[in-house]
Amino acid sequence: MALTPVTEARGTAVPIMANDIDTDRIIPARYLKAVTFETMGEGLFFDERFDQDGNSKSHPLDDPRRAGAGIIVTGDNFGCGSSREHAPQSIMRAGFRGIVAGSFAEIFFGNCTTLGLVCAVVDEAGRQELAELSERDPSVEVVIDVAAQEVRAGGKTYPASVRDTAREALLTGYWDPIGELLEGVERVKALAAERGHPRRGTEERA
Amino acid sequence: MSEPSSLFDKVWESHTVGRLRNGQDQLFIDTHLIHEVTSPQAFGMLADLGLEVLLPERTFATVDHIVPTHTRVEPFADPMAAAMIAELRKNTAAHGITFFDVGGGKQGIVHMVGPEQGITQPGSTIACGDSHTSTHGAFGAIAFGIGTSQVRDVLATQTMAMSKPKLRRIEVNGALRPGVYAKDVILHIIRTLGVKGGIGYAYEYAGTTFDVMTMEERMTVCNMSIEGGARCGYVNPDATTFAYLEGRPYAPTGAAWAAAVEGWRALASDPGCRYDDVVVIDAADVPPTVTWGINPGQAIAIDELVPTVEGAPEHDKAGVAEALTHMKLQGGAPIKGTKVDVAFFGSCTNGRITDFIEVAKVMKGRKVHPGVQAIAVPGSHLVKLECERLGIDAVLKEAGFEWRDAGCSMCLAMNPDKLVGDQLCASSSNRNFKGRQGSPTGRTVLMSPVMVAAAAVTGVVSDAREVFGTGKAVA
Repeated sequence: MALTPVTEARGTAVPIMANDIDTDRIIPARYLKAVTFETMGEGLFFDERFDQDGNSKSHPLDDPRRAGAGIIVTGDNFGCGSSREHAPQSIMRAGFRGIVAGSFAEIFFGNCTTLGLVCAVVDEAGRQELAELSERDPSVEVVIDVAAQEVRAGGKTYPASVRDTAREALLTGYWDPIGELLEGVERVKALAAERGHPRRGTEERA
Repeated sequence: MSEPSSLFDKVWESHTVGRLRNGQDQLFIDTHLIHEVTSPQAFGMLADLGLEVLLPERTFATVDHIVPTHTRVEPFADPMAAAMIAELRKNTAAHGITFFDVGGGKQGIVHMVGPEQGITQPGSTIACGDSHTSTHGAFGAIAFGIGTSQVRDVLATQTMAMSKPKLRRIEVNGALRPGVYAKDVILHIIRTLGVKGGIGYAYEYAGTTFDVMTMEERMTVCNMSIEGGARCGYVNPDATTFAYLEGRPYAPTGAAWAAAVEGWRALASDPGCRYDDVVVIDAADVPPTVTWGINPGQAIAIDELVPTVEGAPEHDKAGVAEALTHMKLQGGAPIKGTKVDVAFFGSCTNGRITDFIEVAKVMKGRKVHPGVQAIAVPGSHLVKLECERLGIDAVLKEAGFEWRDAGCSMCLAMNPDKLVGDQLCASSSNRNFKGRQGSPTGRTVLMSPVMVAAAAVTGVVSDAREVFGTGKAVA
């Protein structure tokens, strides 16, 4: 049950050049009050973009020249904190297809890959250049090439790394693992039968 | 005799169902915990794919993030909160999943309920759509916080796709100084290794300091593994672990108990096993620690000065500047004496009975400063009942604390408990991110529960050792 392979992510870039951007910042907790992900795009970086009276703080996300942007360029440890998939969902639903960072928090990275959102690591000098390029010309297109592990923009190429397991999953169309996991269900049932579980024989006592 | 092996390797190996095409392992999850915020979408995905819950007896649910703590009268004033709890009731009933609902006597923060009920067991793999699932590692379980698509995966297949992390042993040896708590140990570890220091690692906490810790203290440390970037953290199971579990509702009984303990004991890391990294910390070097910034690694000893932008390494300058601006703190000034508006005592990090016993000891006969709103939120309904049995609620109420019902509350402010404007909160929770406690300009200073009590009494960030005379500050 392979999905469409994800070979690249492309679009104009939004530079958000800070380290340790946490998932509470990516989507404040009040936007998590929902039983579906449909509305998640609305909350993306909300408190970074607007003050408490709803006035714009002129965040790069709201720069009209970047409307329809596809790539976030950011710092180290992006997506740290909560496991909320609402964070990558909000990024994806706001139209982004890829993130270029110095490093990614683990749970966030896994959540992104499962959605087919490309996470590429580029060194600081490269990211700084990409950000400056995008500042000078917000319309410049940035391309993350998954197989070649490089980012291209403005006629230049920057070495990038897309973790092996994610790269393989994206390129083969197995980035959402559910189909493959289901293939193993008979082995799972056998293992489950061997291993005890907390509810066995305890329901009366509990 | 086989090669010496770590608990992590033993558990990983015995739970690996197969290798996926991309090189990740398909890992069997013994126990799945769910709550109202990250599960409804997963049930929706199951329905869209026409899938069933494969092994419903392995999933347990409770409601914690959105529940009000000042009233339990339904319908809740917030219609979205009401909708989320209704969705969880519907989904658990439809799929035969055990649900510890409000009013049932066992509701609480999901990371409190698992251990209390004896559901959290050594050597098991546990997953939950919440990053603080690492808490359960205190029992020698390998416990992962996961996203909602993975909640779907576990519901449908009782497995998930994972890459095996490396293993770092963090050894803390010796006695903690008086007035130093488990919370200080983990804040000190995160400060030392950095908020991204754990990326790519599972943490094994060991050493004589952990050997003598209670289960509650071990849970506090494991809880914040994720704040240090680690995927999970655990302590090897020992007599303390077994004593905590014995007799709990879901713990094995009789001959099964003896057999279980024997098996659990054998899972502990063998002497001489291999680690990818080892970090050794002297317990005597751990001070009462508080955060000054906007991530848990931005922490200092209570008697240290707030860092300056000038003094920060080049790559950190922008982060320090941003944190100082948000926190409205002066670099180079003492953190001690910073005015506090709210004292929040609770959360899955520090909302356990032992935390309440310690705080009650120091609050007895003292009053909350008139300029401080102090709220005490037991982590679970059972903790609340135990506090009431011991008279701890009376001590705290008499002192001026608001006494609340169980839930996540102001740790992440998805319920009505929120900071207002730029209020500064002395908090026993786990995250000091911008906006975390419900106001985008709100400010959080993380600390141990006894330090929260000290701040509540004085109205400023304080050294509890000085306020309560517990343990003299070492010069």
